[in-house]
Amino acid sequence: MTQLKIGFPRTLFYFLYYPFWYTFFTELGCEVVTSLPTTKYSLDLGVEETVNDACLPIKLYHGHVAELKEQVDVLFMPRMVKVRKMETEVFCPKFLGLPDMVRNSIADLPRIIDEKVDLSKGLFPKWDLCRKVAEQLEKRGFIVWQAYRQAQKCQDKFKQYLVQGIEVQEAIDAVIEGRICHESKQFTTDIDLAILGYPYLIYDSFVNVGLFEKLGHMGIKPWTVEMVPPHRLEAQAKYLPKSLFWYFSNRTIRATFYYLHEKKVDGIVHVTAFGCGPDAMVDKLMELEAKHSGPIPFLTLSLDEQTGEAGIFTRIEAFVDMLRLRRKNDENIFSHHG
Amino acid sequence: MKISFPIMGNSYLAFKQLVKDIGHEPIVAPLPTARTMSLGTMYAPEFACIPFKIMLGTYLEAIEKGAEVIVASGGHGPCRAGYYGVLHQKIIQDLGYDTKIIVFDSIAKTYKEFISKLKWLLKTGQTSWWQFLKAFRPAWAKLKALDEIEILSYHVRPYEINTGETTRVYRKCLQLMDEPITPSDIKEAGEVCVQMLRNIPQDKSRKPLKIGIIGEIYVLIEPFANLDIQATLGEMGVYTERAMHLFHWIKENTKLSRHEKKVIKLAQPYLRQMIGGHGINSIGETVMFAERGFDGVIQLAPFSCIPEIVAKGILPQVSHDQEISVMTIFLDEMMGKAGMQTRLEAFVDLLLQRREHRLAEAL
Repeated sequence: MTQLKIGFPRTLFYFLYYPFWYTFFTELGCEVVTSLPTTKYSLDLGVEETVNDACLPIKLYHGHVAELKEQVDVLFMPRMVKVRKMETEVFCPKFLGLPDMVRNSIADLPRIIDEKVDLSKGLFPKWDLCRKVAEQLEKRGFIVWQAYRQAQKCQDKFKQYLVQGIEVQEAIDAVIEGRICHESKQFTTDIDLAILGYPYLIYDSFVNVGLFEKLGHMGIKPWTVEMVPPHRLEAQAKYLPKSLFWYFSNRTIRATFYYLHEKKVDGIVHVTAFGCGPDAMVDKLMELEAKHSGPIPFLTLSLDEQTGEAGIFTRIEAFVDMLRLRRKNDENIFSHHG
Repeated sequence: MKISFPIMGNSYLAFKQLVKDIGHEPIVAPLPTARTMSLGTMYAPEFACIPFKIMLGTYLEAIEKGAEVIVASGGHGPCRAGYYGVLHQKIIQDLGYDTKIIVFDSIAKTYKEFISKLKWLLKTGQTSWWQFLKAFRPAWAKLKALDEIEILSYHVRPYEINTGETTRVYRKCLQLMDEPITPSDIKEAGEVCVQMLRNIPQDKSRKPLKIGIIGEIYVLIEPFANLDIQATLGEMGVYTERAMHLFHWIKENTKLSRHEKKVIKLAQPYLRQMIGGHGINSIGETVMFAERGFDGVIQLAPFSCIPEIVAKGILPQVSHDQEISVMTIFLDEMMGKAGMQTRLEAFVDLLLQRREHRLAEAL
């Protein structure tokens, strides 16, 4: 019997949840097919298919789906709604409507599994979700439970790697292949820079034009949202009178507080997508917060389909030059006063 | 205390009265103008939606007039509007003002805070709960009457013989509605206004096109934000109906109306998830307008509005299935009246042609 091919677009949720779903489906005896890492081609496909006012990540998702649709039997497009037991925290409305958007704009799609991911209700929401997904693949019983346990194990390990600061793609590969992570290339660094933003922008090296590699060469140690210890991240909620409504946004703003108050960094860079709705709010909050605590230098990098390497790096270089100059000035002041 | 509130359509007349009746001095910000917009745009995040910018501009203008407290409505997402209050407050603080913004979120979800905020407002106004309840009735009646008058003006306008007369009369109506205080006076003034609008000379032999207006609630209701699209269309001889009016919206939110349930059900084949704002309503209302035999639908949305973008992505399919023409207009601070007029004329021409074509086919 040929294996059922399940498609998983290599974008959006891929960077946080792929190890889980890969293990789950593989254990159930399916073959998981991902699209290739983002290229100009996937972007162009996405731009063609998507409603023109959508943001870059949504366009990319459409592009990846269009790339995958002929290679797979089933397309796995979970409808991400809630991943925590919180009443008002959901994903961005674009994610909520994503399966519907894709269905209504791309033709000739294979079968779609768009099970709703709502982990806010029930005693074992994750297990319930897995059971429902497996049911759609006509798998039942103990094998599903085993697959679920295995997937959970993989995901936990993956999260550990992320906190250790291992590069996401490397961590995904290591977990899937069941090997030990290679340490990322070590650079000598003198500046700590928080690079904050949503995983699908930060970790897609096509979208951010190879930001992390470049930062290493410039002697900068990047810190990301995923590198904040989970319990410290949650503890930052107290700084806002009202939590934001979006899961990723809450993580980003809390990481901002963490890097401002606890792990003092030299500067903060907010990576955002042009036209991102939640980020319009998050960015202003971050800007005001950085201004009122220090002030800590703050830079917003807005990415879109036209983003070029030169433009981004000129801005980063200028920002870093400013940071180094600032530090030098500070040291001078200290020496004056003994 | 000097209390102000956001401007949204003609509702400020009712809110002004409510604030006065609970013992505070109402500060009505000037109706939004280009200055409001540029003030808002200057201090708001670049990609905030247009309601955020206009409201921020309005608040700043209210502060200039001396507002000490601003009362606004909140929400619980995932539409950004629920977070306006926090960010508005931070921006205003950053600009060095100590005006306080009090946001009333859903009473069901934040019962305690809702009551304590209300208590504070009443205490500082030296108003008892009984007086508050009594003050509520005229404001409610005014809101209702204002909505009725506005809706009637859209019904009359496409038939008016002297172009522009409805708009003139409507303005007079607003002045008239500003004065009465007691419920019975309000009722009487409302009836006078309705009569004034009905008395406008009309040519009932016309067969105007019918266009439904859907989209995000603020740009639907505030004529400054949508460049008074309904009056413009009306003067072009088009009958328009809007999916949302403030009074209905409040009724909806207090579960007094079942209209929304129906709308959400109609949207099911296309969108199976509540996506915040009025995204799902836009889909459902389009289906409803199609079923009611409207010629076309115009979707109004603020630039970068998340739920409406999702809706826009799905609307082409709805338009295809339901055979109704849909045009989306995204509104931002660069929007000009001439640009809007041109697009509307083109759309109306298209609809007229389609109608003739259909009639010819039917014969």
